[in-house]
Amino acid sequence: MVNMPAVEVANLVKAFGSFQAVKGISFNVNEGEVFGLIGPNGAGKTTTLRVLSTLIEVTSGKINIFGQDLVKDAGEVRKRISYLPEDAGAYKNMTGREYLKFIAQFFHDLKDSRAMVEKGVAIAQLGERIDDKVDTYSKGMARKLLVARALMIDPKLAILDEPTSGLDVLNAQEIRKVIKKTVSEGTTVLLSSHNMLEVELMCDRIALIDNGKIVESGTPSELKRKYESSNIEEVFVRVVS
Amino acid sequence: MSNMAGIIKKEIKELLTLSALIPIIVMAIMFGMIGNLVGEINVSLTEKPVIGIIDQDNSTLSQLAYANISDNAESIYNGTSIESGLSAAENSTAMALIVIPAGFGSDIIGNESGTIQVYWMMRGAGIIDSVPFSMVQGLLTKVDRNISAWLVEGNASVSTEVILAPTKTYDTTMFKGKEMTGISPMAISSIVQSQSTFVPMIIVMVVIMAGSMVITSMGSEKENKTLETLLTLPISRTSIVFGKLIGAAIVGLIMAVIYMGGFGYYMTTFAGSAAIDLSAYGFTIDAVDYVLMGISLFLALLAALALCMILGIFTKNYKASQMMTMPITFLALIPMFITMFADFDTLPLGGQAFLFAIPFSHPMMAMKSLMFGDVGLVLAGIAYEAVFCVVAMFIAVTLFKKDILLTGKVKTATRKSAFPIASMIAGMLRKR
Repeated sequence: MVNMPAVEVANLVKAFGSFQAVKGISFNVNEGEVFGLIGPNGAGKTTTLRVLSTLIEVTSGKINIFGQDLVKDAGEVRKRISYLPEDAGAYKNMTGREYLKFIAQFFHDLKDSRAMVEKGVAIAQLGERIDDKVDTYSKGMARKLLVARALMIDPKLAILDEPTSGLDVLNAQEIRKVIKKTVSEGTTVLLSSHNMLEVELMCDRIALIDNGKIVESGTPSELKRKYESSNIEEVFVRVVS
Repeated sequence: MSNMAGIIKKEIKELLTLSALIPIIVMAIMFGMIGNLVGEINVSLTEKPVIGIIDQDNSTLSQLAYANISDNAESIYNGTSIESGLSAAENSTAMALIVIPAGFGSDIIGNESGTIQVYWMMRGAGIIDSVPFSMVQGLLTKVDRNISAWLVEGNASVSTEVILAPTKTYDTTMFKGKEMTGISPMAISSIVQSQSTFVPMIIVMVVIMAGSMVITSMGSEKENKTLETLLTLPISRTSIVFGKLIGAAIVGLIMAVIYMGGFGYYMTTFAGSAAIDLSAYGFTIDAVDYVLMGISLFLALLAALALCMILGIFTKNYKASQMMTMPITFLALIPMFITMFADFDTLPLGGQAFLFAIPFSHPMMAMKSLMFGDVGLVLAGIAYEAVFCVVAMFIAVTLFKKDILLTGKVKTATRKSAFPIASMIAGMLRKR
């Protein structure tokens, strides 16, 4: 069964002055799937995610998120998405719980904010430290809090840039489980990662982006078959090099 | 040695940035301006004072005084009518009309100090405005000394007291269409200064502190990487801008109240010793004036915050935001110094335009203007501040919706702009 597209990107161009970071890419993300955007540094992955999360302007092209035009209905799109930047931070003068409450208040018309915060506390798995100031958190603890912030609102679309960045193996595995659980509850995920194992484990479909263009796409098994590779890392090396 | 040269080069490159140089350049320009102003005063002090003189006594001593004054001043009137003399003085650059009344000479010879009436032409209440009056006072001291010498030569038999102080002056100050008898312009200027320096200092404090809060808030958001999350929440950019501005405005007003409380108490210690009550001459501040003052102060605060928000958009981190507060600091300090030293009315046209263009000037000038009944200037200032706020907020909101908020710089298709804000505004206008 083919689900309706959660994300439709057509000929997206993003330029900074004379420099084109994204050069007319097109792809769809189906509802309920985990779609991976992978590529070397500077390929245009983060720029694409930032455009899709309404952070930066579209130079040209068309983007629909759950049928809403990203440019015209940015406010409506923001109600449906949750964006986790690669190097995000939380307000250091707040405790972990206060930060989750601060974020939840912006979604209070959608869901019960108390339940939202409790869900965030459960995802973060910080124990009693959830009531400590963010300033005292390690990098891994802060990242778990931010992942919790992104997923506690049950977004229709979660845009995750390197979700397990800075986490050790065990914590990264926990976060991947949380993401999978969120997907099973109806969230669509668009993620970017340099961890090819993570991409292979989590993504239903992958698009390889290089120099601002999508150079390959498909399911992990399709790509491995096509490039006669045993894993996605080998596919990545062959496609990009 | 070559390694050390590398470190020196790196340090210079890091420290000698445009944002580090701008405050120094502005400071140098300010000192230059003050130097110019002081230079002009020095030049004017070496010239002969312009006065009008009337001798109604026609005695030996009055003629001696008249000759002394005439020789050392440029006289624009030397008739006998005080009314005509005042009119001539008002319509010229004369600093005073000096009247030697009938009985001047006979009083001195009769062992009493002779009175010289001085009608001071006060045109502004700034410190600089009262400096030229010292030249006229110098003239009168000279007259006093010459009459003392005449008496010492034995031309009249008078007491030592009269020999030492043969003349006294009776001051009348003409200011803002009012005739204030028994008061010298220096005394008025001193009272006005003590009552009106309080507001500019509060404004400077509040503008700098509230403004730096907005800029550092933006710098912290960028440095702590919280801005991106904030911008993807379901809240409009306009709401974020106004949320930040209103938050800072509330804190700014709380700070203003605390400062006013402390400073107000400090000022009451001076007010108690004031010998002259200006309200007796109609120079008072009523409830409506306080409301106007409050509006002007609030709009100045909003203007400062909106300007700081625009500057904050261009900051990259906390350190950069510290430097970004410098322009606002100078914009607040410049009108404070100008209004402390000079009056808006007595400034040259260019100076008036410059002072009027700075939104923080208006509440600084408002107290003095309202006291002297110049409501028009205050209302014009409020109107200007309101327009300034709307434009600054519009620019802030527009920039908040642009990539520049995250990139911190403007990239044009042709070349990198040296003036990012100007380029951004030009770009916005082109799109329209």
